[in-house]
Amino acid sequence: MQSTPPGLFRASWLVARKDLAIEFRTRTAFFSTLVFALLGLTIFFFAWDPTTVAAIDLAPGVLWAIFAFSGLLGLQRSFGVEQADRAMDALLAAPLDREAVYLGKAVANLLFVGGVQLVTIPALALFYNVPLAGIALPLAGVALLAAIGLVAVGTLFSSMAVNTRLAELLLPMLSLPFFLPIVVSASMTTARLLAGRPAAEAWPWLRILLAFDLVFGVACTLLFPFTVEE
Amino acid sequence: MPQQPAGPVAASPDDPVVEAEALARQFGARRAVDGVSFVLRAGECLALFGPNGAGKTTLLRLLAGLLAPSSGHCRVAGLGIRDGKLARAHVGLVSHASMLYGALSARENVEFAAKLYGMPDPAGAARDALRSMRVLDRAEAPVRSLSRGLQQRVSIARAIVHSPHVLLCDEPYTGLDELGSAALTEALAERRDSGAALLLVTHNLGEGLALATQAAIMRRGSFVRHENRSGVDAGTYAMEYRELVTLDA
Amino acid sequence: MTTSGSSSARVTTASAPSQGVDWLLVSGFLAVAAFYVRAIFYTPIEAVQGPAQKILYVHATSAFVALYLAFGLLGIASALYLWLKDEKLDLVAESAAEVGLVFTSVVLVTGPLWGKPIWGAWWTWDARLTLTLFLWFLIVGYLVLRGAVEDRGMRARYSAVLGLLSIVLVPFIHLSVYLFRTMHPMPIVLKPSSPSMSPEMQWTFFPAFGAMALLFVGLLRARYRLGLLRDAVAATERER
Repeated sequence: MQSTPPGLFRASWLVARKDLAIEFRTRTAFFSTLVFALLGLTIFFFAWDPTTVAAIDLAPGVLWAIFAFSGLLGLQRSFGVEQADRAMDALLAAPLDREAVYLGKAVANLLFVGGVQLVTIPALALFYNVPLAGIALPLAGVALLAAIGLVAVGTLFSSMAVNTRLAELLLPMLSLPFFLPIVVSASMTTARLLAGRPAAEAWPWLRILLAFDLVFGVACTLLFPFTVEE
Repeated sequence: MPQQPAGPVAASPDDPVVEAEALARQFGARRAVDGVSFVLRAGECLALFGPNGAGKTTLLRLLAGLLAPSSGHCRVAGLGIRDGKLARAHVGLVSHASMLYGALSARENVEFAAKLYGMPDPAGAARDALRSMRVLDRAEAPVRSLSRGLQQRVSIARAIVHSPHVLLCDEPYTGLDELGSAALTEALAERRDSGAALLLVTHNLGEGLALATQAAIMRRGSFVRHENRSGVDAGTYAMEYRELVTLDA
Repeated sequence: MTTSGSSSARVTTASAPSQGVDWLLVSGFLAVAAFYVRAIFYTPIEAVQGPAQKILYVHATSAFVALYLAFGLLGIASALYLWLKDEKLDLVAESAAEVGLVFTSVVLVTGPLWGKPIWGAWWTWDARLTLTLFLWFLIVGYLVLRGAVEDRGMRARYSAVLGLLSIVLVPFIHLSVYLFRTMHPMPIVLKPSSPSMSPEMQWTFFPAFGAMALLFVGLLRARYRLGLLRDAVAATERER
């Protein structure tokens, strides 16, 4: 029988779909992450004095801080699936590019994080009573850019952290410094959007976010093979 | 770049399917595999014996392209195993771990592998592989719910789903009951007779020698014995093997 | 400390360095001590900031060493390791990170000491101080990762990937926190038109960088040799 190994994009999609199938089958990780994010929203709300700080000033920072922390929860599980019965070996022994493993995992993580955002952002609008509907489209764009950056770095670190002695502890420790530019830019952009400022004011921040996605998207894709090649 | 089809490999049946040349791998200062050379042609089976820590698993990982050799090289179907992904398309791997996803069903696991290897009919290939390992009736059960032995059979089905020209097996009989062992021996013999080269790592001399055309004993990273199966008498081989192994103890 | 006079009794492996006085390290310490004597006793007190300004001789020079020498070397050694797979490069990266942690800590301690009298607060989220704080986090993360991986080859690969990415991250953090706000005194030294430092101050400041760099190289070499010895010991223990 003739068979041709799949190309980079087809192989990435196969890996992503497999991860999503596993996630859909178990669903526990997604729902726990979601509940964690919603809990975060409420805790943050009660950690501030509403008579001195307006919810609208608080909302952008809360949203993106929680995004970073809940993202970590989702990323944690990404390579755990491969490690349990050393399924990673089967992926690496198969005729697909190492980059395809990374990209597939990243796409699955992106959909995971995006799914959490899809619930968290409306929940923020509801709980904090901020008018997000008016800026829904640009906010979705910021959310996508932030998610791409978070997943690009987080997927790579998840593949490393899972093989260390401190797995759960190490991932946040390695990732959070890298999330700083994402959280700052996304929060600042959101704050300006919410305040109805002209787009030009948010542009310097958006530029950082775009550059981050581009640079780390490429760098992490190229570096991933080094983490699995022995 | 011309795509090499993963179909028929050896131009003539005498062309080697697996060639290991002075293969060596060091971990820090420790030489896990230290200069291993051998050739397997189509339809040959090398049974590899050796005590724990002899370097058998490392050798298998080198042959599967999972590890980079410190020196020497390995070619599969004429392609360097570390030169690109295409050489890996000819190899099937069975290891201690099942390499399966517990949340997915047996069929999904094997079908996923078939797709990774670019099989034209992944569903059909998966069904055939599961049938040959006699687990087709449990195909829809999540792998997590299967017994260790059944998982091992699914794992073997996953490894042979793309009809590899080289099948590397690390202790494949572990955890199998009689029915499973029989199915495995049958599947391995079928792969061998259809022109695949097998490498079988095992502790069990009887099972290893049953299928073998070559036999080798590995100790401290090297082959200390390597001969044709025809020249081996199972009884004396077992005695000599025990002597060699106790040298380490 | 002993000099390597009667070396016949000493056991040394081929790769491990011989013991004795580490002259490079000693001269590094002496150079730093010398420039500090000069800074305290032979350099005028700055008119506006007063004696607190003298902290800058250590603060700025340590920051220079931490960011450009230690962190730069960590990134270069990491990249080269991924390319050449030479264990020595991994050891260079490890040494650069550990020594870099010392200098980064010095920056983080002296910054607030200077900031309290000048800015009126121990800590400010000033751009460069924040960047240093993140360098510190990155280096600590790097060293924790090294400690958490058993296999040597894997440790080298993982930490090289992290080291390289950390270097790529630095401009992003710099840009983010700079955009956020800056209160730090602008670099005034490298303004050729009107030097704001008196000539005596400059004559203290510029050699101070050299002295700090010398100390860095001395510490780096000492740490690198320690790593070689540790590996040699580990190798002999495994042989047994």
